[in-house]
Amino acid sequence: MGQSLRSYGTLIGVAGIILLFWVLLPGTFMTARNWLNMSQQLSMLIVVASAMTVVMAIGDFDLSVGAMASLAGVVAAVLFVQGYGVPVALLGALMVGVLGGALNGALVSLLGILPFVATLATLTIFSGAAFMASGGKTISGKGIPDAFSGFAKGGIALGTIADKPAVLPWLSVLALGVVAVIWVVLEQTAYGRRLYAIGGNMEAARLAGVKVVRLRLTAFLFTGAGAALAGLMYASRVASANPTQGDGLMLTAIAAVFLGMTMTPGGQPRVLATLTGVVVLGVLDNGLTQLQVDSYLREVLVGAIILVAVSISAIGRRSLGLR
Amino acid sequence: MDGAEPPAGIFVNRKIMRHLVLTGVAKAYGATLALRSASLDLRGGEVHALMGENGAGKSTLIRVLAGLERADAGQLTLDGVALRLTRPEDAAAAGFRFLHQEVQVVPGLSVAENMHLAHPLPQRWGLVDWRRLYRAADVALGELGIGHIDPRAGMAGLGAGDRMLVRIAATMIAGAGPEPWLYVLDEPTAALTQPEAERLFAVIGRLVARGAGVLYVSHRMDEVMRLADQVTVLRDGALVSTVERAAMDRDRIIFDMTGRELGTLFPARSGVTGAVVLEVKAMCVPPLAEVTLAVRAGEVLGLAGLSGSGRNALLKALIGAVPRRGRVLVDGVAVAATPQTAWAAGMAYVPRDRRAEGVMLREGLGRTVVLPHLREMSRAGFLDHPAQSRVVADRAAKVRLKARGAGQPVAELSGGNQQKVLFARALAGRPRVLLLDEPTRGVDVAAKADIYALIRGLADQGVAVIVASSDLPELIGLCDRIGLLQAGQIGREMAAEGLTEAALLAAIYEGEAA
Repeated sequence: MGQSLRSYGTLIGVAGIILLFWVLLPGTFMTARNWLNMSQQLSMLIVVASAMTVVMAIGDFDLSVGAMASLAGVVAAVLFVQGYGVPVALLGALMVGVLGGALNGALVSLLGILPFVATLATLTIFSGAAFMASGGKTISGKGIPDAFSGFAKGGIALGTIADKPAVLPWLSVLALGVVAVIWVVLEQTAYGRRLYAIGGNMEAARLAGVKVVRLRLTAFLFTGAGAALAGLMYASRVASANPTQGDGLMLTAIAAVFLGMTMTPGGQPRVLATLTGVVVLGVLDNGLTQLQVDSYLREVLVGAIILVAVSISAIGRRSLGLR
Repeated sequence: MDGAEPPAGIFVNRKIMRHLVLTGVAKAYGATLALRSASLDLRGGEVHALMGENGAGKSTLIRVLAGLERADAGQLTLDGVALRLTRPEDAAAAGFRFLHQEVQVVPGLSVAENMHLAHPLPQRWGLVDWRRLYRAADVALGELGIGHIDPRAGMAGLGAGDRMLVRIAATMIAGAGPEPWLYVLDEPTAALTQPEAERLFAVIGRLVARGAGVLYVSHRMDEVMRLADQVTVLRDGALVSTVERAAMDRDRIIFDMTGRELGTLFPARSGVTGAVVLEVKAMCVPPLAEVTLAVRAGEVLGLAGLSGSGRNALLKALIGAVPRRGRVLVDGVAVAATPQTAWAAGMAYVPRDRRAEGVMLREGLGRTVVLPHLREMSRAGFLDHPAQSRVVADRAAKVRLKARGAGQPVAELSGGNQQKVLFARALAGRPRVLLLDEPTRGVDVAAKADIYALIRGLADQGVAVIVASSDLPELIGLCDRIGLLQAGQIGREMAAEGLTEAALLAAIYEGEAA
């Protein structure tokens, strides 16, 4: 009753927004080309937000993802400049992500530092490291191999639309692949169930035999690796890396997960809901930009819409007596 | 303790002794009558003990006094004038103060600041006047003869006993509305050491000497015999007796407290036991010094003891949730002290506080049921959904759970059905040992009967069961034998069959005195 109204409330809102832009922007918004473009623009955010869903399932979160994305991109670029090939650079950047995630996880689970504090500190460390590695400059040009930057330009040909080839970008395919993997992990494995159990009631999970400390640590490997992958995707797309290019990802990713949580029964973070949250934010940004809404006003509007959705959800939950 | 003599009589005769009378107070929760006809006669300058078994109505009576519950019937008069208690503010205005065993404090603030939580801080030019703040706290502590607590000290460094003293002293801070005169102490010594308890008793003496009344709720007979000027006993929500100090008698009080009908709530014992399933050798976990016990297949062992005697700690140690020393064996095989090995070895645990320690409130009940058994209900780490649904549906039927389905959030269920979810969880593996902590706390009578039948049925199938409970009829009706937790060990064992509540209660108190 109240539950389903609450879940569908956000979905109805999403449909309403899409419908609004469809009407206001005839011929440009609801086109395959626009959506394929959007899918590429949002692919990094999808990866980071999906990984963030894993950490938020246990009730923690990771503020360092944006800085990690920047760092991973810079690490790959530096390795390219030093003459290493694509496999080494990719592996190196992903390893940095996994190690950074392990550091976050160890701080939170082994030392018991609040995730807010621990990942705020590592955010600063990763960000500083990215500046150090890059010398504070954008790394671009001949050092970046075509094999790397070409990836973001390619995709799966979908035939032609209006005499132009329509392509589903590889970046979008990759992002959907990450969503699929995380969906399997969270929804179809015992590991995922245990993560949700920790998020639902940590003490009960511990008494029921869940290895809380170990699992909390591993969850942060997802955000570390996911952020690094997003950093690589970004670097590939712009064929360069600079120490701040991932910074915007963190807040938007958390916002997307929260938006998603307004759609799930019980208000849990679920990865498909997170994907919907990303789409909402992306559609808003895309439509408002096309309507030539001032970019500052755009931020105000997006923030207000997030607040409305989360408030409605909070009110609904209070009426259910669930805090 | 500084052992100071009672203060000079400046305050003692300043006003007439206050007098609160409650008559015929009744309160029902739905169909359950928590109070039928409770009466109390409280006077300033007296310690009045309130006794009764769990469920006798003590807590409800205190909630009525505190303005947290509105009585359905009955009269209250304060100094001969009718008193209405509908909100906590009314109780405060009438001069009542309430102290629970778990004292709420702000650990990050100083003692003096904690004492001023309910009052404005003394100020000077809009800033906190620290000197006056500390002096006020010093004076208040001094009034009660508490010399060992520094008002400047951080609250975090204080033990449970000192925290309680600080809370009492806080009521002495002047200028805080109506002067308090009635202190309701609910099991104040449950979490205190003996020296801490002695300090509290000295402070109680000071309060009474100042003309305040104390309503002292306790299960501890020795304390009551020592402190009380009057003892009132409640049973089944009604007044049984009020006795003056001169006429107080331990056996009489026990007799008055007990005598509840056991009824037909309990299934018959089979009396058939098999081999030893659970063996505990020299296990050591605070506050227990050394526990050795064995439970056979088909046997239900009860654990009795006063609160703080270690019932809860014993079961938590057995499931491996707290560090322990000693050996625990299931079917002769040693089990390591972690919850995952304990569950895997066939131990199943129903915790005392189901909401905090047992269920995931917002998730579907099936999630809670399968959680300890996920390894058995998945293949190569991937969930076996059909197997899970089968087990959840089967066990839900076995425990006679009333719910819409596995997806219904636990939060929507009644207390009894939430408890049944935890029993379904315990059954979802193939339990060899069942560890039950207060298995029917906050559960309605119908669900209780179901749970008792379930426990006995499992025992008959060869499961070894331990039940820790503060509900004496439950221990006597359900168990085969009862171990008394006293002085850090299982002091004495009694056969449950034919045992009377009075005898069990007397044995619990005996051990306390020893």
